[in-house]
Amino acid sequence: MSQIFPKSANAWSKGSIFLVLGVVVSLGALLPVLQRSDFVTTANTFKDQPVQFSHQHHVGGIGIDCRYCHTSVEVSSSAGIPPTKTCINCHSQIWSTSPYLEPVRASFRDDKPLKWLRVHDLPDFVYFNHSIHVKKGVGCETCHGRVDKMPLMKQQNSLQMEWCVNCHRNPAQFVRPRSEVLTMGYVPAVAQDVLGPQLVAEYKIQSLTNCSVCHR
Amino acid sequence: MSAEQLDLNAIRAKLQDASGPQYWRSLEAVAETPEFQEFLHREFPANASEFNDPVGRRNFLKLMSASLALAGVTGCTVQPDELIVPYVRQPEELVAGKPLFYATAMSLGGVATGLLVESHEGRPTKIEGNPDHPATLGGTDLFAQASVLTLYDPDRSNTITELGEIREWNAFVAAMRGALSAQAASKGAGLRILTETVNSPTLAAQIQRVLAQYPDAKWVQWEPTTRDNARAGARLAFGDYVEPVYDFAKADVVLSLDADFLAAENAFGVKYARAFASRRRLDADPDRFSRLYVAEATPSVTGGRADHRLPIKAGLIDGLARAVAAAVGVTGVSGAAPAGTEAFVAAVAKDLAAHRGTSLVVAGEGQPAAVHALAHAMNDLLGNAGQTVTYLPTPEVVASEQHAAMRQLVVDMEAGRVQMLLLVGEANPVFTAPADWKFGDALKKVALRAHTGLFHDETAEQCQWHVPSTHYLEMWSDARSIDGTVSIVQPLLQPMNGGKSPHEVLATLSERADRSGYDVVREYWTASAPAAAPAPAAAAPVAAPAAAANATPVAATPAVPVASPASAFEKQWRRWLHDGYVAGTAVTPTAVALAAGWSANLPAAGKVNAFEVVFKRDASIYDGRFANNGWLQELPKPVTKLTWDNAALIGPATAERLGVANDDVLKVTHEGRSIEVPAWIDPGHAPDTITIAVGYGRVRAGRVGTGVGVNTYALRGSTAPWFGAAEVTKTGDTYALVSTQDHWSIEGRNLVRSTNLEEYKANPAFAHEMEHMKLSDGLTLYPKWEYSGYSWGMAIDLNTCTGCNACVVACQSENNIPVVGKDQVANGREMHWLRIDRYYSGDIDNPDTYYQPMPCQQCENAPCEVVCPVSATVHSAEGLNDMVYNRCVGTRYCSNNCPWKVRRFNFTLYQDWETPSLKMQRNPDVTVRSRGVMEKCTYCVQRINSARIQAKREDREIRDGEVVTACEAACPSQAITFGNLNDPNSRVAKLKANPRNYSMLAELNTRPRTTYLAAVRNPNPALPTNATVGGHHAVTHEATSSESEH
Repeated sequence: MSQIFPKSANAWSKGSIFLVLGVVVSLGALLPVLQRSDFVTTANTFKDQPVQFSHQHHVGGIGIDCRYCHTSVEVSSSAGIPPTKTCINCHSQIWSTSPYLEPVRASFRDDKPLKWLRVHDLPDFVYFNHSIHVKKGVGCETCHGRVDKMPLMKQQNSLQMEWCVNCHRNPAQFVRPRSEVLTMGYVPAVAQDVLGPQLVAEYKIQSLTNCSVCHR
Repeated sequence: MSAEQLDLNAIRAKLQDASGPQYWRSLEAVAETPEFQEFLHREFPANASEFNDPVGRRNFLKLMSASLALAGVTGCTVQPDELIVPYVRQPEELVAGKPLFYATAMSLGGVATGLLVESHEGRPTKIEGNPDHPATLGGTDLFAQASVLTLYDPDRSNTITELGEIREWNAFVAAMRGALSAQAASKGAGLRILTETVNSPTLAAQIQRVLAQYPDAKWVQWEPTTRDNARAGARLAFGDYVEPVYDFAKADVVLSLDADFLAAENAFGVKYARAFASRRRLDADPDRFSRLYVAEATPSVTGGRADHRLPIKAGLIDGLARAVAAAVGVTGVSGAAPAGTEAFVAAVAKDLAAHRGTSLVVAGEGQPAAVHALAHAMNDLLGNAGQTVTYLPTPEVVASEQHAAMRQLVVDMEAGRVQMLLLVGEANPVFTAPADWKFGDALKKVALRAHTGLFHDETAEQCQWHVPSTHYLEMWSDARSIDGTVSIVQPLLQPMNGGKSPHEVLATLSERADRSGYDVVREYWTASAPAAAPAPAAAAPVAAPAAAANATPVAATPAVPVASPASAFEKQWRRWLHDGYVAGTAVTPTAVALAAGWSANLPAAGKVNAFEVVFKRDASIYDGRFANNGWLQELPKPVTKLTWDNAALIGPATAERLGVANDDVLKVTHEGRSIEVPAWIDPGHAPDTITIAVGYGRVRAGRVGTGVGVNTYALRGSTAPWFGAAEVTKTGDTYALVSTQDHWSIEGRNLVRSTNLEEYKANPAFAHEMEHMKLSDGLTLYPKWEYSGYSWGMAIDLNTCTGCNACVVACQSENNIPVVGKDQVANGREMHWLRIDRYYSGDIDNPDTYYQPMPCQQCENAPCEVVCPVSATVHSAEGLNDMVYNRCVGTRYCSNNCPWKVRRFNFTLYQDWETPSLKMQRNPDVTVRSRGVMEKCTYCVQRINSARIQAKREDREIRDGEVVTACEAACPSQAITFGNLNDPNSRVAKLKANPRNYSMLAELNTRPRTTYLAAVRNPNPALPTNATVGGHHAVTHEATSSESEH
């Protein structure tokens, strides 16, 4: 009976040790990258919405205040998605026959709500509150990015816990004066490393990193 | 689950021995049965951790392969797309993410409780008491707390049916109108309306209008547990129907003659529990501490609070009442005390006489009219009338003798005199009517039978027509409370099942058959609004519970110009809806005087039966109407801790004599009828008596309640609806009852601490002397926590806790706690975050009872935190032991290390993730937990967070009383106090400074944040007592402390 393995198998088996090691090492390097990638976080991807609503036009172009549509951002956990009525307030007058807006008019006419796909989707075990962040001087832009430059809405940041905790551990990096919360393209008048700690003290911002602050 | 008979003599000997246990949980615990040891030594009993599904291996492999497959991929899957569906036109007051609170009221047994209902985007999720309601003052009971689950019950009927065929509403209206026109000629002689006790003025007016039109028609009100006896007693004493309303806050000495006045199933329990607690709190003068004597057959919640409890056959209470009355000096009454009660009678009579005007005698609803009359006479003689007791017209709009009226209905139906019967509500007479009347058979002789109710129940089954009824959270109505105050019942959502309210069904009997419930109620109140109270002109503050710090105004009273009467009414109406009650509708007490010669009309004391059966409403499912409510079915009953069943409760001595052990099936024969029911030994139960709760054994309740327990109505007749002669024999079978009394047993001493009032006065800090071992504070390896901000804590007063369970259901409702089912409870897997441990002390034939609510103790040096390998339970900066579900991998090390056994593990997927209607009930502020996750009490951290955010938005600190946990809010006797320990002025900080304050198992030095205020009893020195005394205990302690257990 001849040998099952040829002599070259020795070389292969030695080589495979390195091969396996290589796979393990590259997986170890790859997985954290994958976990933070846009593929997993869905950041920077667009979703197919019922209406091609442009924040760039409404915010950047016309300059509508964020709170005209997201009415509860200062009082509730949810910033609020505007009811169809809010769209119709203007669009009964302007672009009132635009085919793009037919779904909006249909919704209002038939009393059937529009169904948007959620862009900023936190897991169900995470409880985020808009009102307190706005109150403490966290700008819309800090989390949502330059909405005024987004023709279609996308998620700017990973929204992963690592990203949340980055600010919760050191809010001074990001806070801005309350008057600037809604500003897009905000540039601090004083250097952030001077202004940040001042605002943290003035607004009594605590570095809340207890689990139950967000998980309950 | 042992059917082995316990050696009661050995247990008695053990308890009498000074080294025996001072406080004990159950007879099994004293006997140290293997089953008890199992519960004691393991966090979960042996079976709980094993996969013991009958189709074990296959399922196991299936689950394992599925979990392996999923475990790998969940890490990197992208979340599925989620929809956002905004309103088309958003309602004005609604803010997404913030609950609204609406004032309404729930009626049970003819009495309304004022409520505030939390609504998230149109879904009612949680019931709170309405603190502004003048009668119920913000208290709620377990039935109100659990009613929100009934709203979403997937088994509620949802179609109008005629003989099982689906019909339109119009077809029903046509059928009713047709049948009614046939009645016109006979003035409605063949028309009958059968309702529950009606406390809705509008509904009563509607019915009376029908009766005016058809004068020979009859209206019958029926509850299986009527207050007929109380009414007959009032009529006997005063010659008129009046309802005695007690003020326990003014009573120094109370004698209860089989009256369970603190229990939730008593219609007035919520009100009385708070008033009674106000005299047991020991926050002021200890001499204000009241004294309660209870004579009763079945150990009850009220009996558990008694300073002296006399277990006595229900049939002997009549004699006892006569003896006390004679001793107090009521003229025309004589009687010797029943054997063995002489000392009790003498002491009670002396005590009552010594407290003229501040004493109180209360008779139980099950006792015959004579006992009620005697109680009235004693209160009259003692000068209590107008002081501790006032007399009101009954809260029913039209009081009737329900038993007699129902009997007449059955006779009429049998004689064929009834052609048309409309059954309204949840009274379910086919199931609940006395067995000897054979209501179901008589009903079949009625030509047209129409039923409206929440469920297609046993009665609906016997009717041609069934109309699904609206839940009280879905309809417009009104309801009177104990003091006559009317609440407008307002809907929180559209009828989910297309139901019709009783007002709409009754409207079909009137000329305008298609009126909506709203129109009917509005019309009634337009006509009969009370004289407008001088309402403040500005919008009043919102009636929101303190828990809802960020609650939005309910119906902020808009500025309606007071120009026309219509707008004036509108303004009034809005105020009623906003406040939750109609001001000025409380009735004034009537002055009553004993009727001349009342004592001559007093019936002779009934004959005392050799062996008695007592029928009681169930402490969880009431008269059977809540049988399909999983929260209530799984709730351990206050005294027995039984779940998912009723049982024949029997005293230890009688059980011993009959050779009966727990789970033995007994054949109970009463008036020639018999049922077979498993026995449960209940320490303190009267001898030669068994007690069986009614309401179980439903055949058409729904997926939860059908076939659970034994139908006691099959035994209960018309002649003795509350207690009567019975024979009991052992059948030789056994049936596994499940009681949680030994679940989560804690190893250790002096978990409950108590003393009597004299000892307390001498040594208020007695509880500290009962410490097992003194420890110096610095002795710990744990890191020391510093709290710069808030530091949460809770204090629970063992003196005022009645064990009523309202907190347990409130916790379940607030925190999305699943129902697990009887089999799982048997394995020790019940999920209640808050349990109420019941302890006895003293003699097994008449022990003292203590209740100890056990939420998470939120330890400072928490044993759970250090053993979690994944940091899923960690210490927060405000002192909570945070539980992070999304980190938990289910090692259960934490629960193994928890000395209090307050952690609960999701052994399987207990939550119903499928049924759409149940999803709507969930609190959106609390994570719905899944399989394999540990959970526990969080001190309602969602409420803390919400209050913290609100306070920060307003740039202030959280105020004391702003965070109210669900249990605290629900507690009718205000036994639970929560707050910030860092604030020396907070209520909880003051309680922690109280000398009675102690922490359980202090020797472990875990430093719990939940502490207890030790119990104090006020026994009469003239009577022997079981009450424990600190001094006696110290001896016990020394005798046992040499054993090394720790």
